[in-house]
Amino acid sequence: MTIADTRANTFGQSAALVAGREVRMRLRSKAFIISSVILLLAVIASIVAGSIFGASASSATTRVAVVGDAQALAQVSSLDVTEVGSVDDAEQLVRAGDVEAAIVPGEGPTGIRILALDEAPGNLVQLLSASPEVTLLEPADQNGSLAYLVGLGFGIVFFMAATLFGTTIAQSVVEEKSTRVVEILMSAISARALLAGKVIGNTILALGQIVLIALAAIVGLVVTGQDALLGDLGPSIVWFVVFFAVGFVLLAALFASAAALVSRQEDIGSVTTPVMMLVMIPYFLIVLAWDNDLILTIMSYVPFSAPIGMPMRIYLGTAEWWEPLLSLLIILATTVVVVLFGSKIYANSLLRTGARVKIMEALRG
Amino acid sequence: MLQIDGVTKRYGDRTALDAVTFEVGDGRLTGFVGGNGAGKTTTMRIILGVLSADSGTVRLGGSTLGPADRRRFGYMPEERGLYAKMKVAEQLVYLARLHGVSRRDAEASTADLLERLELAERRDDTVESLSLGNQQRAQIAAALVHSPEVLILDEPFSGLDPMAVETVLGVLHDVAKRGAPVLFSSHQLDVVERLCDDVVVIANGQIRASGSKQKLHDDNAVRQFELLVASDAAWVREMPGVTVLDFDGGYALFEADDDEAAQGVLRRALQQGPVASFAPKHRSLTEIFKEVVK
Repeated sequence: MTIADTRANTFGQSAALVAGREVRMRLRSKAFIISSVILLLAVIASIVAGSIFGASASSATTRVAVVGDAQALAQVSSLDVTEVGSVDDAEQLVRAGDVEAAIVPGEGPTGIRILALDEAPGNLVQLLSASPEVTLLEPADQNGSLAYLVGLGFGIVFFMAATLFGTTIAQSVVEEKSTRVVEILMSAISARALLAGKVIGNTILALGQIVLIALAAIVGLVVTGQDALLGDLGPSIVWFVVFFAVGFVLLAALFASAAALVSRQEDIGSVTTPVMMLVMIPYFLIVLAWDNDLILTIMSYVPFSAPIGMPMRIYLGTAEWWEPLLSLLIILATTVVVVLFGSKIYANSLLRTGARVKIMEALRG
Repeated sequence: MLQIDGVTKRYGDRTALDAVTFEVGDGRLTGFVGGNGAGKTTTMRIILGVLSADSGTVRLGGSTLGPADRRRFGYMPEERGLYAKMKVAEQLVYLARLHGVSRRDAEASTADLLERLELAERRDDTVESLSLGNQQRAQIAAALVHSPEVLILDEPFSGLDPMAVETVLGVLHDVAKRGAPVLFSSHQLDVVERLCDDVVVIANGQIRASGSKQKLHDDNAVRQFELLVASDAAWVREMPGVTVLDFDGGYALFEADDDEAAQGVLRRALQQGPVASFAPKHRSLTEIFKEVVK
């Protein structure tokens, strides 16, 4: 028999071992891999789709034949200009269908006439018409419908990642209770190290997924030539990742402590519902009130909704530079408090199997 | 030496452990016996630091136990359990590393143990796919994989088939031979009697007896003797200072007031004819246990 050399692990080493196991086991789960790939593909698909629809709206070119001064028109990107010598040649090209319309010299104030086959080419007429100048007194920084999509994007990604990994951590806590392996674990390491390892492991996984999605979004925007959008969206994506990292630790501690109160997988739902609400309410708010300044401002400071609210305000340009920092501090402080209480509940509930443990009992110990 | 000194634990009004005090000597296999709810599991959990005591101390080699010392304990909880979906060897390495064993040592120790417990072929199977008996072996491996200096096993033999019991006994003896204090609880008093050096009896949270098996027998000895002779032994009834408890032809079971009275019976028997056997009646642990916990 080998005599192994044992030395006491530090808190950090124990937590790292636990976190390592969480990550390894999750990466081995097919369900996890498949759901991650689907989420990633959905993000890439929406960016590619956005680029295709955007392109078809703006880059549809009209083929025209031009008699006379074609120089000026050749500059217009949406026109594919063919220069011809005479009005007759132009008419022939139109009749043959080689061009959609021809611009020829004409009378009237514009000095040009348009030849078309059987229908007036609306977009060409519009292009050549003089429009009055418009001045917006209160211009929006961002396009409205796009802002809604961005808000929805942050909302969905946060909601999905938080519920996916929140549920994962809850199941992993109950798995240890229901299989009773927790008693062996607790004879080796402290309950706090166990909790810390679980939260760290799942935060790494969740954050890894979020960073992957963010990278896919950024690369997707660049590849599909939507650099301009990236310029607007980039900073808020980065802030989203930062807020998510801290916000998720908070949620993970809540999920773990709640799950520690029960001993069977079937009972997880009953104790994690309040926590699930904390994840769902911000999601509904961003969907329903994405353009309400007051609600967004409140959301951006409430720890549970800040990971959605603050990046959204940064995107809309309504947040001062110090606001994300202040909000981040509020989340951090809340996280410390929740982790302290949570680890107490967790440690005191782990060995109580059977009936659900009451929170007050768990806090008392 | 592991010393449990005045450990008391209350749950509300109920006193689960009442000043529990006993010792587990180095290299001694110590059996911990008591009925359901007597306090065995609670005591073991407190020794492991999984539960905290209201008062009292647990000491190893004279100094009070801290979390760092407990890492060197091997523990098999009454409520069995390992990660169901984790592979056997991977799980053992993980548990060893949680106890502070380096990866290399953990892997070597896992391979050794699986070989000894005849689980080597199942090393890459998940625990849930193992038969019940093999799951028990894996559980025992989990208690031993970090080469513990103290072993605490809660009902290690329950649910084991006779072959597995022998394997486990072999392993326990090895650990004790290395000088580790070994404490295990069991309902199977015959196993405890056969196996243990020392016995601790607990009832209603109180230690009723503790010490070497011999001492337990001596302390609870009654002067009962069995006599088997070739001829009729009815004469034993007339001997002074003797009460016959059972009688059947040449067999008599009697209680003597003192050793002299017993020797008197033997001398008389020899005068009467050949004596097939004469011996003090050895009471089984089960009988002693029933009396001690009353």
